Amino acid sequence: MAYGIRLHVWGDRALFTRPEMKVERVSYDVMTPSAARGIVEAIHWKPSIRWVIDRIQVLNPIRFDTIRRNEVSSKISATSARSAMKAQRIEGLVNYVDVDRQQRASMILRDVAYVIEAHFVLTDKAAEGDSVGKHLDIFNRRARKGQCFHTPCFGVREFAADFELLEDGKVARAPHESLIDERDLGWMLHDIDFDDGMTPHFFRASMKSGWIEIPLLQLKGGAR
Amino acid sequence: MTTIANRYEFVYLFDVTNGNPNGDPDAGNLPRLDPETNHGLVTDVCLKRKIRNYVSLEKESEAGHAIYMQEKALLNDQHKKAYEAEGIEPSAKLPKDPQGTQLTQWMCKQFYDIRAFGAVMSTGVNCGQVRGPVQLGFASSIEPVVPMEVSITRMAVTNEKDAEKQKEQRTMGRKHILPYGLYRAHGFISAKLAERTGFSEDDLELLWRSLTSMFEHDRSAARGEMAARKLIVFKHDHPMGNAPAHVLFDAIKVQRAAKDADLPARGFANYEVSIDAARVPSGVTVVERF
Repeated sequence: MAYGIRLHVWGDRALFTRPEMKVERVSYDVMTPSAARGIVEAIHWKPSIRWVIDRIQVLNPIRFDTIRRNEVSSKISATSARSAMKAQRIEGLVNYVDVDRQQRASMILRDVAYVIEAHFVLTDKAAEGDSVGKHLDIFNRRARKGQCFHTPCFGVREFAADFELLEDGKVARAPHESLIDERDLGWMLHDIDFDDGMTPHFFRASMKSGWIEIPLLQLKGGAR
Repeated sequence: MTTIANRYEFVYLFDVTNGNPNGDPDAGNLPRLDPETNHGLVTDVCLKRKIRNYVSLEKESEAGHAIYMQEKALLNDQHKKAYEAEGIEPSAKLPKDPQGTQLTQWMCKQFYDIRAFGAVMSTGVNCGQVRGPVQLGFASSIEPVVPMEVSITRMAVTNEKDAEKQKEQRTMGRKHILPYGLYRAHGFISAKLAERTGFSEDDLELLWRSLTSMFEHDRSAARGEMAARKLIVFKHDHPMGNAPAHVLFDAIKVQRAAKDADLPARGFANYEVSIDAARVPSGVTVVERF
């Protein structure tokens, strides 16, 4: 791929929540393609491009940790917000955290590091001035300088992701020896089709030498 | 009000003396510990709670500074008035734009914590959400901490049944404290997300103020003495930023002062904070708030 990018990302903690275990959250063993896409988009994204994740490499051994926190159990509805807006006053438009409380555990990943390989394609929103080179330049320039639209994160915002652009064949480092053998990771979330009523798509992930090949995803709006 | 035009990162140091900064519900309210390293932890949401509490204390009910996630103790039940749904067909989805955007913008204008931290405020899936510009990580202690269990007695019992059972008429309780712990938290403020929620320069000042003073207004039996020790802010010239966050964070070193490096730390004076100015790239200004 002429216009692919490679990004080294790492952090202390990560939580890529499994959709089947999200009340007491349990993380996938590795980063999902959709989380990787979120990281790349945090650095540069425009409606005229769509990021496609090609491969993810896991560099660190997979280790878990748990953390339990007090959380609120409900949200305020759009309807109540609307009626408060109409009435121009906000009394009652609050969540009481100590009444509406849940304690939830999360099983999170520790000390993660990945390499994301991705490219982008132009969408039908691309205007005349949108050339592939331009967006690639913007992305590379930002990633090189550590610039970002907002700080990227590993699954949830409290776990910030540090990043570094891997230029011209530069290698982050070798994956940990525990990752060399082929490993089946089971069915993992690939991404969510937002054009098709938030349909989740899954793929069978397997990892060898840390590499997870991400298949192309057939979305309603085109392949991703 | 103009929204902020710069990206920021900050390193926030706070300490606890003879107290429990953040109890772990999984471990009988022991101070949170990283099981691998025994470093103490304070969650991001714990700090955000204190920021919210400080803002509602300072601003009371000043317009535009309401707090969306309230602690009930701060309010009375009068506020809990009913508000009726409108005649529009109830739907789990946020109304289509421009109504939806108006609604979100209005919420941002009224509530400080939505402007700063964002909020999920609809019952639908993925709608009416805002991401705020302010993002906090977990705070962890500079060195491993050792929690102590302190047994205490109460010279009374709760009810008659207990009174009959126990001749001495007193109860024993337990407290978990850390003799001392210095914690370091990292924060991120995105100028681009601030544009969307209207997080202004004034809001930013209020955030710095709350980080400065929030522990002063959060005294309790459990917390012991907690104090904000240092707030170092990195201001990027460019809204997207001029340097990677980790490079900036690496420029701040918190180490034990050499003279008593072998003894357990019992105060902030046991530590030295240094800023390696040479590692801060051009385009980034370091501001020591205190």
